[in-house]
Amino acid sequence: MAILSKEEAQAILKKALSFSKSDSCEVSLNGSEGGNIRYARNAVSTAGQISTMDLAVSATFGKKTGSATINEFDDASIEKVVKRAEELAQLAPENPEFMPLLGPQDFPESPTYIPKTAAITPDTRAEMVAKSLQVVKEAKLEAAGFLENGTNFNAIMNSKGLFAYNKSTDVSFSVTVRNQEGTGSGYVDQGFNDVDKMDTLALSKIAAKKATGSAGAKAIEPGKYTVILEPLAASDMLGNMFRGFDARSADEGRSFMSKKGGGTRLGEQLFSENVNLYSDPMNPDLPSATWNGDGLRLKRTQWVEKGVVKNLAYSRYWAAQKGVEPVPFGRSFVMEGGNQSLEDLIKGTEKGILVTRFWYIRSVDPQTLLLTGLTRDGTFYIENGEIKFPVKNFRFNESPVIMLNNVEALGKPVRMGNVMVPPMKIRDFTFTSLSDAV
Amino acid sequence: MRRRDFLYLTSLATGASILPSMPLFGKEISLEDALNPVDVALKKKMADVALNTAKSLGATYADVRIGRYLNQVVATREKRVQNIANTESYGMGIRVIANGSWGFAATNILDNDSIAKAASLAVAIAKGNSKLLTEPVKLAPQKGYGEVSWKTPIQKNAFEVPIKEKVDLLLNVNAVAMQAGAKFVNSSIFMVNEQKYFASTDGSYIDQDIHRIWPNFTVTKIDAASGKFETRNALSAPMGMGFEYLTPLESEKIKGGPVTMYKKRYDILEDVKEATLHVEEKLKAKPVEPGKYDLILDPTHLFLTIHESVGHPTELDRVLGYEANYAGTSFLTLDKWESKKFNFGSKQVNILADKTEQGSLGAVGYDDEGVKCGNWNIIKDGVLVNYQTIRDQAHILGLPASQGCCYADSWSSIQFQRMPNVSLAPGNTPMSAADMVKNVEKGIYMFGRNSYSIDQQRYNFQFSSQLAYEIKDGKIVGMLKDASYQANTQEFWNSCTQLADKNDYRLGGTFSDGKGQPGQVSAVSHGCPTTRFNGVNIINTGRKIG
Repeated sequence: MAILSKEEAQAILKKALSFSKSDSCEVSLNGSEGGNIRYARNAVSTAGQISTMDLAVSATFGKKTGSATINEFDDASIEKVVKRAEELAQLAPENPEFMPLLGPQDFPESPTYIPKTAAITPDTRAEMVAKSLQVVKEAKLEAAGFLENGTNFNAIMNSKGLFAYNKSTDVSFSVTVRNQEGTGSGYVDQGFNDVDKMDTLALSKIAAKKATGSAGAKAIEPGKYTVILEPLAASDMLGNMFRGFDARSADEGRSFMSKKGGGTRLGEQLFSENVNLYSDPMNPDLPSATWNGDGLRLKRTQWVEKGVVKNLAYSRYWAAQKGVEPVPFGRSFVMEGGNQSLEDLIKGTEKGILVTRFWYIRSVDPQTLLLTGLTRDGTFYIENGEIKFPVKNFRFNESPVIMLNNVEALGKPVRMGNVMVPPMKIRDFTFTSLSDAV
Repeated sequence: MRRRDFLYLTSLATGASILPSMPLFGKEISLEDALNPVDVALKKKMADVALNTAKSLGATYADVRIGRYLNQVVATREKRVQNIANTESYGMGIRVIANGSWGFAATNILDNDSIAKAASLAVAIAKGNSKLLTEPVKLAPQKGYGEVSWKTPIQKNAFEVPIKEKVDLLLNVNAVAMQAGAKFVNSSIFMVNEQKYFASTDGSYIDQDIHRIWPNFTVTKIDAASGKFETRNALSAPMGMGFEYLTPLESEKIKGGPVTMYKKRYDILEDVKEATLHVEEKLKAKPVEPGKYDLILDPTHLFLTIHESVGHPTELDRVLGYEANYAGTSFLTLDKWESKKFNFGSKQVNILADKTEQGSLGAVGYDDEGVKCGNWNIIKDGVLVNYQTIRDQAHILGLPASQGCCYADSWSSIQFQRMPNVSLAPGNTPMSAADMVKNVEKGIYMFGRNSYSIDQQRYNFQFSSQLAYEIKDGKIVGMLKDASYQANTQEFWNSCTQLADKNDYRLGGTFSDGKGQPGQVSAVSHGCPTTRFNGVNIINTGRKIG
């Protein structure tokens, strides 16, 4: 029941709109079906499965809007939820930022749904985890991991005739492998739409190798180092920055994208020339729905080109205030790179630190986007193009904006959950203290 | 990318979408509906369907949680109401042990057939998991309590207060800030009511009605010429209270320091006025000179340091490795506890785990596996003496019963070990915060939570504050900016030299402590007095971009 076809979703949404008496009405239907399995100390700890479906109604009289949601779908319930949204709208204060609804739009279909992923059962999940456990047990190591998959559909319709539908699948897997002494730890984390791309055995081998290789880490002085960030570490740093590409907070003067004296940094060279960032819902390695909740079409959008800020996201309201076209946020981001592998980057490094991932990243200063956090699960010293020895974890204080001004080389982009990023070689990365954590 | 980041991006992508942005899912309901709890007799009937089905299919233990989770948020910005949302999430989670393994399933369709189906799915999942079992689950014994109930001792149910009253209060808060020269101000009140029913094959039928409230604001000022901006958040605490928390009471205020401090009553209009003055001072504050300082930490700040550096590393599931893949493990390994002489902190440091303190976010009558709640020492005279456990962990510490730390954030989530309130006991010698300042030669006095980060075993941390005042020769001489402290947990707690007395003791807390996969949130309080730590390393975090 939870995953409806385009036609089934359309029928429920049409029915909801047929009960509407408001000036304008938006309805949306979302459903998901999925399960997960979690393991630790080389045994399964918890597992579960859940499916949900919700209908949301947003009714507007003039500029007064009310919203209501329900998870029952008989005619009486659908009528009730529309009525409730309308009652709330009558009680609501006027929203001066209300935007009239969009009419019909064309949304191309994105390759987000893979039937084989949708067909995953609890047994499939257990088998995938068994493969991971096999690798780890054979190596006499200890694993804690998590595998989750889901099928989702989303549909929106409004009283001006707009309709959009998308169905997607996803599967994600992460595992931490530690040695029995607790002196070494490794980690991998991957997500795909297509379960065939998910190899829990190969991934667990990488984590196991890092666990063994990171044992007996030496302490070296914190300070500024050339670092090679694996794609996971790079995505950890950049995730925080993407959120800052918002025109309104930049215009309001409260973002790293705000310009001294007023305005935004749109058009400024904010990063190194080799930095290019875009989002594209049709990217075959990282597909997403081609529309957002406002009914805006998502297209390929270049955010940064050769280090210059090319676009900021404008909501429909803020675009109208500024007299520009709306620019919706991407649902995912891609940072372009080159053709080098991680190994190539290591080979080309005289002295540096290889970082597997970061952990507990928090914003320290929103004006400079300064972040703090720590390395985790495999940090290594590189000399003359080779990994020499594992090093103790560091705390860093660094801004991704400063980091992207110090790019020495970029490798081939890899999907990491909902971003694609290359491994990166960065100079002068600031480590401020040591941590004893393994 | 972490799931939370993904959700954040998704919400950005959908912009001003149909649903008001809510930190918890749920369906929207009218106010009247929220005030009518589900009939207890009906809940018992539904629970028995699940328990009996599970038993008949071979479960050796089963528990059922029927949860009705109500949330209300009123959010405003300057002169505008941004969001009024009233949501409900209602359903049942069934957990079983079969063939020695846990299984779980949940449903929001509560007819007998759907309940029985969910119970049989839970048993099937448990049997499936048992194929990968290394050691069967061992549950600490727990007697059934029969039919009992518990309710947060509130004076004024926040859900009964008219929306208009809440909107008026928040718009008034914004007006005070704007009149005092703020450029932007956001304010909100977040209210939670968990109506939870628990039943188990041990013979408990527990009905609980739990209330929480969190008023908050952020005041922003901008210096256009320099392109700098500063903010100050509310110094309120999320509390396990009703709307009475927002009725100011002079006897619950501590005045005389650089900041007015609030105990169990909060004066939001007074705080926002002070905040707007503070933001102006922050724009002109002197950059901190890095180095060693004696820190005086107010409870509005210290609660979070306690949470991260004491609360998390004493969670037994982390110690054992169950959270290794997400939240991490812990430096407080069992050998340190077994030694009975691990000096976690100085002799003054006494830390209590508690699930009963009135007004706290963690206070409940019974936890989410039917264990009656209490309190116990975690750190006694500086020494590690205990952890936080649930039923399937108690045997590891040789405890005869669970400590009652089990919680799930929804009927659809699996309950697991979550942090109780973990609080620092006040000093026995009479001392106020103002007295404490007088003895400090070179120090920094911090208020309010800001940036916080700690490693996965809880050794190395870095924290910053909303407000940092420089102390020279026993006097506050001005405000500092860009000050963060970095320390090692054990060294930090061993540098604790003074605690204010019980008159200064206050609760801080968080609504959204994250743990587990899939991620779950929980609300937890940490009480403490103003406390002094000597010779802590301060770094300057000011940088330049572009």
